[in-house]
Amino acid sequence: MAEHTAQDYKKGQPRWCPGCGDHFFLGAFHKALAEIGVEPHDTAVISGIGCSSRLPHYMATYGMNTIHGRAAAIATGCKVANPHLSVWQISGDGDGLAIGGNHFIHANRRNIDINIVLLNNRIYGLTKGQYSPTSPRGFVSKSSPYGTVEDPFRPAELCFGARGRFFARAVATDAQGCIDILKAAHAHKGTAVCEILQNCVIFNNGTHDSVYSKPERAKHAIYVEHGKPLVFGENNEFGLVQEGFGLKVVKIGENGITEKDILVHDAHCQDNTLQLKLALMEGPDFPIALGVIRDVEAPTYDEAVAEQIDQIAHKKPYHNFAELLETNDTWEIK
Amino acid sequence: MKEDVSVKHIDDVVVLFSGDSGDGMQLAGNIFSTVSATLGNSISTFPNYPADIRAPQGSLTGVSGFKVHVSADQSYTPGDQCDVLVAMNAAALKTQYKQAKPNATIIIDADAFQAKDLEKAEFKTDDPLGEMGIDHDRVIICHMTQMVKDCLADTGMDVKSMLKCRNMFALGLVCWLYSRDIQIAFNFLHEKFAKKPEIAEANIRVIQAGYDFGHNTHSSAANVYYIDAHNKQSGRYMDITGNKATAYGFIAAAEKAGLKLYLGSYPITPATDVLHELAKHKSLGVTTVQCEDEIAGCASSVGAAFAGALAVTSTSGPGICLKSEAMNLAVIMELPLVVLDVQRGGPATGLPTKSEQTDLLQVLFGRNGESPMPVLAATSPTDCFDAAYEASKMALEHMTPVVLLTDAFVANGSGAFRLPDLNEYPAIRPPYVPEELRGTWTPYQRNAEGSRYWAIPGREGFTHILGGLEKDNLTGAISTDPENHDLMTRLRQQKVDKIPVPDLHVAGDVNDADLLIVGFGGTFGHLREAMQTLRQQGYKVAHAHFKYINPLPKNTAEVLKKYPKVVVAEQNMGQLAAFLRMKVDGFVPQQFNQVKGQPFVVNELVTAFQNLLNA
Repeated sequence: MAEHTAQDYKKGQPRWCPGCGDHFFLGAFHKALAEIGVEPHDTAVISGIGCSSRLPHYMATYGMNTIHGRAAAIATGCKVANPHLSVWQISGDGDGLAIGGNHFIHANRRNIDINIVLLNNRIYGLTKGQYSPTSPRGFVSKSSPYGTVEDPFRPAELCFGARGRFFARAVATDAQGCIDILKAAHAHKGTAVCEILQNCVIFNNGTHDSVYSKPERAKHAIYVEHGKPLVFGENNEFGLVQEGFGLKVVKIGENGITEKDILVHDAHCQDNTLQLKLALMEGPDFPIALGVIRDVEAPTYDEAVAEQIDQIAHKKPYHNFAELLETNDTWEIK
Repeated sequence: MKEDVSVKHIDDVVVLFSGDSGDGMQLAGNIFSTVSATLGNSISTFPNYPADIRAPQGSLTGVSGFKVHVSADQSYTPGDQCDVLVAMNAAALKTQYKQAKPNATIIIDADAFQAKDLEKAEFKTDDPLGEMGIDHDRVIICHMTQMVKDCLADTGMDVKSMLKCRNMFALGLVCWLYSRDIQIAFNFLHEKFAKKPEIAEANIRVIQAGYDFGHNTHSSAANVYYIDAHNKQSGRYMDITGNKATAYGFIAAAEKAGLKLYLGSYPITPATDVLHELAKHKSLGVTTVQCEDEIAGCASSVGAAFAGALAVTSTSGPGICLKSEAMNLAVIMELPLVVLDVQRGGPATGLPTKSEQTDLLQVLFGRNGESPMPVLAATSPTDCFDAAYEASKMALEHMTPVVLLTDAFVANGSGAFRLPDLNEYPAIRPPYVPEELRGTWTPYQRNAEGSRYWAIPGREGFTHILGGLEKDNLTGAISTDPENHDLMTRLRQQKVDKIPVPDLHVAGDVNDADLLIVGFGGTFGHLREAMQTLRQQGYKVAHAHFKYINPLPKNTAEVLKKYPKVVVAEQNMGQLAAFLRMKVDGFVPQQFNQVKGQPFVVNELVTAFQNLLNA
């Protein structure tokens, strides 16, 4: 494997709006792929339709910018047919969770070894500003002038509900945060969901403001890392503890709390109860969790398919079409 | 033993085995057809099974039938009405009797005509034959259940297992009636139950018992028959259903092309047997993915095509609606994909187990935008093999999705299939990007046939992005340029239009027919038989049958305009007729349309065509 730089994965001039979170993510994605080092020609980047789904056009890899919602299904066929490829799916919240919701849950359930990047700006941008399945209840948009009357999906909940084995989150403007989870997603065998909190400057500006800048993240985000205590705050003065069925924010040094009382993150725990609680935390009472929240090993679909083919090939006496014909009852006419 | 039963030589017989879904009618029918085929007869079979999974035992809705047509000459269809009706219970007699010829022999198991059976079959009296007006002389009444039990009494089998052999008694009896060599059936069972010799032995004993019963009693038949065999083409044969032949065609094409076969599918009647068949053959490297829905079945196949496989997706009925979107993606990305549509009764869920030809216009035109796609329609169960092979070759060599139409009749029916030798099949050569284009190649660059080149991921130096948005003809970048879109639309159309297909073949009175019968796909056999019948009656008729529908054969207009009268006969409201009128200036055909979910009936066709000829 040759050494690569971000430049080797880069192509063309992105056409997103100035300031769009997709620009930030794309830069981080190029860098992450260079660090991962899989050859551009062994990489396939597959998207659906939407602003973020333009991303493959800016990649010097193999790829497809396909149809709305179907990227997960298309990526599945691509990976199963050619398991050698490193397959990345790029989807927005509408593409991935509304029209593509069924494919999203089944990719997770099957645990096919693809990486799903979900760029979540909680809005339909390309169609110019309708609420999405991640827009909060009451959200006012062109298609909900009086506010929505429905609850949003929380991507982690959907992923976990579909037995997802990997879920991580980063903010688009946080290059290192993105690179870290993308590398972890690549290293994880099986479906890896990376939720990228991304701002739409035109139709939903400010939706992730509480974590969009470094100073804000210091106040409102917690970087979770396997095996490390769950502490956060500008001076790591806060921590998470378990209380009853839930989590609780505590201040270290107050009420007799010491660092030893703080919950230690276990991304590899099969039981996803606490991981889900971490993933669902939101302000103002809780920090937003960033980093690899769940990363659990399980058999992958594509490997199992290949293994089964290999096993059966050893068992069955026929290996080509002519031999297949011989397995049938035949008769001779002279 | 009486000696006065004569053996009559005949050319043709149709046997309908009918009983409860669990009575093993298909196995009995299959063995009968295999035995006959081994003796050199032409065979054609058709199962008729209920839509319900397990209707109550003995009920009218639970009856399943298996029709076998054995012929001395080419048998094109499973036949209209049967010469022998085997009714394993009262419900079978009640529902299937209408399929029997007026002089047909009826074989019934008297033990399955008890009071409770008659009640389930909704007979009002204890005389079902009288109630249906069936002449007793035509009926072979045997106590099949009892005789099977007696025959197997010393085997130690439980009664339930014994009764599973009842179908073999009926088979034995029919074999006697038509002078079949039952040793061939024995060999078949020895092979089929090689791992369970006691089952094979029990079945063989019961066949022998059924045969002996016929022989010893001469039942009520005045004659036994021997079906002659003409026109034997030498070679090795197997019995194959259309769905199995389709699956085999894909396997053969993948092997010939040197590609992995990928099937993305979702279970749907009557296409599912293709998924079942391909799922078995992992030792050939076949990958089948049972997807979350029809959409994913097709979409994942598009992904597999991009990744370098021979990609196939299979469906039926409403499934083809759901696949349209991803089929269109394959059109604009110009990737090879075969879409198998086993047509069934519609609209919506319609008649899931029945046969129609009602998807033709949908597969030709049912997508947004200008979306040209080649369409082929298999003409018989065994032709499904060639059609699947040709559809795959066309898709791979011209970088296009191709629709292969079959239908429930062709898919579930079977025929004697001469084992193909792949060496005799044409090579399949996809247009891989030639090495000399390294460095200058762009994704929508075309070869002399107008096909895009195929660069498979993993190949260094040929990375590229395809997509559902219109692309610039030269650079492959997204383009909304009006001139470019117009050009790309034309290039995609021309590519499909230029695909070479064989000329339309005309059979019968080629030069002086008064009527040309035209059809497509699975109605081939019925229309051909109707033509032959009319010619025997002295009419001048010809038959031309479309297997290649898009693009149409080059001589289409010439053939259609050559005859004074043309009738387009199809199992829809006139979809092929409409397409031909659109493609052939001034062509105004007569139409014969039937949408009953059942195969055509040759006699009905003959009558209708006589009326046209005499008009």
